[in-house]
Amino acid sequence: MLSFLIRRLSVVVPTFLAIAFLTFVAIRLVPGDPIEVRTGERGIAPERLALLRHELGLDRPVVVQFLDYLRGLAHGDFGVSISTKEPVLREFFTLFPATLELALAAMLFAVILGVPIGVVAALKRGTVLDYALMGTALAGFSMPIFWWGLLLILFFSVDLGWTPVSGRIDLLYYFEPVTGFMLIDSLLSDQDGAFLSALAHLVLPTIVLGTIPLATIARMTRSAMLEVLSEDYVRTARAKGMPPFRVVGIHALRNALIPVVTVIGLQTGMLMGGAVLTEHIFAWPGIGSWLIESIERRDYPVLQGGILLVSGLVILINLMVDLAYGALNPRIRHGR
Amino acid sequence: MAADSTRPAAAIAAPSTLRLFWRDFAANRAAVAGLAVLVLLALAAIFADLLAPYSPYEQFRDFVRVPPVWDARGNAAFLLGTDEVGRDMLSRLIHGARLSLFIGVAVVVASLALGIVLGLVAAFFPRWPAIVILRAMDVILSVPGLLLSIVIVAIIGPSLANTIVAITIVTLPNFVRLVRAAALSEKTRDYVVAARVAGAGRLRIMFRTVLPNCMAPIIVQAALNISNAILEAAALGFLGLGAQPPTPEWGAMLASAREFLQSASWIVTLPGLAILVTVLAINLVGDGLRDALDPKMRSG
Repeated sequence: MLSFLIRRLSVVVPTFLAIAFLTFVAIRLVPGDPIEVRTGERGIAPERLALLRHELGLDRPVVVQFLDYLRGLAHGDFGVSISTKEPVLREFFTLFPATLELALAAMLFAVILGVPIGVVAALKRGTVLDYALMGTALAGFSMPIFWWGLLLILFFSVDLGWTPVSGRIDLLYYFEPVTGFMLIDSLLSDQDGAFLSALAHLVLPTIVLGTIPLATIARMTRSAMLEVLSEDYVRTARAKGMPPFRVVGIHALRNALIPVVTVIGLQTGMLMGGAVLTEHIFAWPGIGSWLIESIERRDYPVLQGGILLVSGLVILINLMVDLAYGALNPRIRHGR
Repeated sequence: MAADSTRPAAAIAAPSTLRLFWRDFAANRAAVAGLAVLVLLALAAIFADLLAPYSPYEQFRDFVRVPPVWDARGNAAFLLGTDEVGRDMLSRLIHGARLSLFIGVAVVVASLALGIVLGLVAAFFPRWPAIVILRAMDVILSVPGLLLSIVIVAIIGPSLANTIVAITIVTLPNFVRLVRAAALSEKTRDYVVAARVAGAGRLRIMFRTVLPNCMAPIIVQAALNISNAILEAAALGFLGLGAQPPTPEWGAMLASAREFLQSASWIVTLPGLAILVTVLAINLVGDGLRDALDPKMRSG
């Protein structure tokens, strides 16, 4: 197991360094100097520009800047945002819970609906119900989620007035974040209606972000279920008179879920991409909105640190999924 | 239609199996329906200049935000209504089909060509070329796709061409890994050994002996990646980082009309519907191809 871990790490660490280097170099190529962008059309005196560039270290050779950057990373210093003057790492951890809360809610939504849909479709294989469910799933899988979000806003927020259009909670409520999860914090705050407000704000973004994972999980569960249902042990269980519910729930589903769990693990990266769009539509103050704004402001350190942190997270989750499989399945551990 | 649809198969199968392939494909009625829609879309894209009643850029200042014709306030001159500056929606949607399909095909052709070369090299040169290629793909894969294309476009500038470049880079690892895996499993087969013994050169073995036998999964992947590329390009357009207004790109059309969601919802709903229908049609065809080409991957 230790050699497996070392082998995986020998891939992961260079990957991370390569991303650090590439984001660093690439972002230097972005057109537009951050200082010129900030001063806008008023212009700036050349000597003041030189002074500001010197203060930010932008006048040193790129290699020196990169080594400096790496030294900082080793100490947990991901740079300082040019526009807010806050450390990038602190901004990331302030906003990350918002994205995490949304992503977890979306995943929960996708699993709770997706697995039963897949099971029902598999059990009713070839019926109208199967075709209807799988047709809907393929439509969900093909959905431009930014448009889907606008449609949901149009219907539920504008026409019906059921849900708010943007943000995480009504401006009416204010409390200091404790966990960063609005649902938990609103409960802790003891303010009447705060929790319901937070919940109402979460519903539409959850549906939007969860739609594609939901469709993927439903399709995956169906095909895994179909495969398992034709196995000998399922037939044996049926033959010995076990009630259908137990056959499906205990014998079949448990084994069918193995590939499904893999898919759930692989969805992390997709979920981060979807979060960018979802947060943009609903003005959700998370990592996605933060990164998009950093592009508009030419905030190099935020973009660079943000991408690095997000990729680091994806790499870490994939590594954990890998290790979990390695622990469970010796063939993977000793393979290659 | 039949000739059109079987063209991809021609690359992988001898003519005698062509009919077999079509029989398998046609058994999936949803896939045939998807193909029909796709053919219509492709025709609309090709003949956009003839089909579109107006130029997609022409602004009819007296007819701003006219609803589609089925609305009581609609105008028969503008079947699907006009947008926020009085451009004909139908004309813009038809020209948008051209852009979206072009983006999808361009991305897949580019990443397919690069992916085949890099994937075969990675399979046949297992020392440093394989390591360099696979590590580079790991790097691309560890940044979430949409995020990576956003960063690339932010660096090289938002435009239609750069959208294609960015999405090609993001799509590339799928093909490289797939081609490599397929080539590795073919490489040890007897017919490849026979070709080598017969004195075939390495390039010939790579491209003439092994590659044609790896095509089935690659074609399925290509079909599914066209729809992905269209979705990503529309997402970039929606974020203002793809095709720039007034280009009639579906995602960009959505973004610029967002403020009229309430008062003139058709400006928002129609481009999105166009994206959904296109992507759905391609995915249906992709599922059908998978079932017909690769019995092992059959969904049931």
